[in-house]
Amino acid sequence: MTQKLVIIGNGMAPGRMLEHLFEQAPGLYEVTIFNAEPRVNYDRIMLSPVLSGEKTFEDIIIHGDGWYIDNNVTLYKGHRIVSIDRNARTVTSDHGVTESYDRLVIATGSVPFIIPVPGKDLPGVITYRDLDDVDAMLLAAQSREKAIVIGGGLLGLEAAAGLALRGMDVTVLHVMPTLMERQLDPAAGYLLQKAVEERGIKVITKANTKRIIGTDRVEGIELDNGTIIPATLVVMAVGIRPNAGLAKDAGLAVNRGIVVDAGMRTSDGDILAVGECAEVDGMVYGLVAPLYEMARIAAAHLAGDTKPAFVHSDTPTKLKVTGINLFSLGDFADGDDREEIVLRDATAGIYKRVVIKDNRIIGTVLYGETSDGAWFNDLKKKGADISAMRDTLIFGQAYQGGSPLDPMAAVAALPDDAEICGCNGICKGKITSAITGKGLTTLDGVRAHTKASASCGSCTGLVEQLMSLTLGDAYNPAAVTPMCTCTELGHDDVRRLIKAKGLKTIPAVMQELEWKTSCGCAKCRPALNYYLVCDWPADYADDYQSRFINERVHANIQKDGTYSVVPRMWGGVTNAAELRAIADVVDKFEIPMVKVTGGQRIDLLGIEKEDLPAVWADLGKAGFISGQAYAKGLRTVKTCVGSDWCRFGTQDSTGLGIRIEKFMWGSWTPAKLKLAVSGCPRNCAEATCKDIGVICVDSGFEIHFAGAAGLDIKGTEVLGLVKTEDEALEHIVALTQMYREQARYLERIYKWAKRIGLDEIRRQILEDGEKRRAYYERFVFSQQFAQVDPWSERVSGKDKHEFKPMATVGFEAAAE
Amino acid sequence: MSWIAIGEIDDIPLRGARCIKTPTAKIAVFRTADNAVYAIENRCPHKHGPLSEGIVHGAAVTCPLHNWVISLETGAALGADEGTVRTFPVRNDNGRLSIALAEPALAAAE
Repeated sequence: MTQKLVIIGNGMAPGRMLEHLFEQAPGLYEVTIFNAEPRVNYDRIMLSPVLSGEKTFEDIIIHGDGWYIDNNVTLYKGHRIVSIDRNARTVTSDHGVTESYDRLVIATGSVPFIIPVPGKDLPGVITYRDLDDVDAMLLAAQSREKAIVIGGGLLGLEAAAGLALRGMDVTVLHVMPTLMERQLDPAAGYLLQKAVEERGIKVITKANTKRIIGTDRVEGIELDNGTIIPATLVVMAVGIRPNAGLAKDAGLAVNRGIVVDAGMRTSDGDILAVGECAEVDGMVYGLVAPLYEMARIAAAHLAGDTKPAFVHSDTPTKLKVTGINLFSLGDFADGDDREEIVLRDATAGIYKRVVIKDNRIIGTVLYGETSDGAWFNDLKKKGADISAMRDTLIFGQAYQGGSPLDPMAAVAALPDDAEICGCNGICKGKITSAITGKGLTTLDGVRAHTKASASCGSCTGLVEQLMSLTLGDAYNPAAVTPMCTCTELGHDDVRRLIKAKGLKTIPAVMQELEWKTSCGCAKCRPALNYYLVCDWPADYADDYQSRFINERVHANIQKDGTYSVVPRMWGGVTNAAELRAIADVVDKFEIPMVKVTGGQRIDLLGIEKEDLPAVWADLGKAGFISGQAYAKGLRTVKTCVGSDWCRFGTQDSTGLGIRIEKFMWGSWTPAKLKLAVSGCPRNCAEATCKDIGVICVDSGFEIHFAGAAGLDIKGTEVLGLVKTEDEALEHIVALTQMYREQARYLERIYKWAKRIGLDEIRRQILEDGEKRRAYYERFVFSQQFAQVDPWSERVSGKDKHEFKPMATVGFEAAAE
Repeated sequence: MSWIAIGEIDDIPLRGARCIKTPTAKIAVFRTADNAVYAIENRCPHKHGPLSEGIVHGAAVTCPLHNWVISLETGAALGADEGTVRTFPVRNDNGRLSIALAEPALAAAE
């Protein structure tokens, strides 16, 4: 008979527990979940990538709404349980819902620790725990003002890095002398501090917060030594404590956390506790691996198998900040009975330390190069005697036993019980047997069946190596999607070969790259035409028959076969003469619709194709050129009125926008390119959702890129701050050229940036001045061929055939 | 059925098309990369897109509105799509093109 299982809390541990339970004992329980957060189960350890913009919330959902429906689970979102009545065996939520249970699982997690200083309750002081906190930080980051993160541990540093990436000026206050002192020794903590500071984050160690300053909201922090640091956002990330209040009120045994036995049972046998709120054998946990282990054991006990017992094991720590690699495991304090082996490489920023006791590894710290982490972890877990390989131990697995320096061989040499995925406790044997047993050929398949690499993702490389080892040639991680059915080659290969082989016509590309069709198709031909236009601006003759109709007739086709025409309005600025000319054209050609566009210009819709040259001729007389509103190329540069008019304007945003547009118009790009310049951080030109945007500030021009506000919505990334208009133009042009040269046809800048990495773009455009100028000069070179107004060309007679019927027949016959 | 002269093959760009206006419909005349000439109704069976504005590849054209691919030889949609447009016979005498139109087609096809 079905029993009632009620779960308080909907975090990662109970979610995992239910997965195990539904697998082991389907239908045994009717499940009800009360979640204090108003949402489904998501991957909390991936909140930092959401904060930094590398992932979205949708990316980190573990169980979507459908999962609850499929498994017949009742989920009360936004319901906080306020009491447990153990006699009546019921729980009651703050919305007044009472539910009875046969078995109850408490999974209330933890609460962030708030340092008890004056001002801790001021608006603007937040913690870092759930999606609401991330949303609050993202909102605050829009101001791009100053933020303070209290706490230089794992969470604090991830929060600081995310806020800095979002454009805030961040200071980290840490009470101890070095960062992450619980996971890192002082030497590694020092390297970490340097890396953090290189990201523009200030770090103050031995910093004791005296009070948080502010009247209506937070204004700053005062330290014990009298230092005052201004800030509009304070994030407290100083630790967590188990959230055991509810259990305590219900009369369950509570120490630091809810006391449970090795089977996850509390002092009341019908009630279990899992996750951060549970205390087993005197220990509470905050990392995901032991919490998932608790979930596995609780599920077994709920399913009736009381054998599995929780055993403590050390979990390696990793920091999820892009570009910082660190690994820490076990005990690494100094001691008389311990020895250590240390490797330092200052130039490469590498530090490795292994702590040994009685010829066995008890702790490891790796900084800068962490690929041997799994191997050290395995040696430690097994208690392996390392005396035989002592001399080479620190160099890692590749140097042992004369085996070659090949990462594949290193993975091949791992025993079947070596742990690959620390988050989910998945060993090598389980992955390889799933690959062969279930016939898995994709990483997603392995993730779905084993959970390996499905949480923090840092073991993805190892999992992929295992797949190559197991599947051989059948696994091709870099399987490229061909451009179209005319070729096996992907866009990147085609671009590379066009340059490498010096191919300068579409027939040459098709011949040399062995196209399977005689003259391509509507997918590959426009792509090839763009690649050739971009790579050989002086030599290649644009093939109009390989362009989409809009770019061939320089207007936008509408559903009824008529066209729309958008003249360029530099920076969105116009005047009476221009408007009068537009009005005359509208009257003369009886244009049915006149519409102001989102790009600050005017769209004339419903024009017959045959009328286009005459319309352009009239517009041309008033000084208009094509707005290229149809082009995979530079579209618009939106502006606000800037310092000329606006009382908040910091720079001449209108002038800069016009300058950029006049410099860049006519250029073809892989996909459309929309820009904007805002005169102050109030951002009236909406520059932070554009392909490239500029936010003017007192000290200069903040350049943004890779925003989106179409199918996807995405705020921009910050490229960097430059001081002058000239520099701003150079950076924007260089970035555009890099995108032109590297992206795949129809790939918007935000997708390209995600694919090749923001750091790489910053490195080439912001840091490498030589590279930047080379890009800039190549763009300038190509513009001499691109800046030809296509409208005036056609008014002068180019492509006449496009706009006239070939023949008109049969009208006499019909008139009879 | 009568043959009507419509112009020279060089009036049409290679891998391109031109239109012929008739009282009842527009006809698109295509010239492929290997100089074959085809005439089909200028109206995609899907949402009536102007096929003459599409990209010509092999003996097919991709409609500019929603990327249906139409065979110039048969007028039928290729791939998974279903639908057919009317085709018209074309004669090429040393570059001079003429098209065969049935009298009813001229007067009142639709």
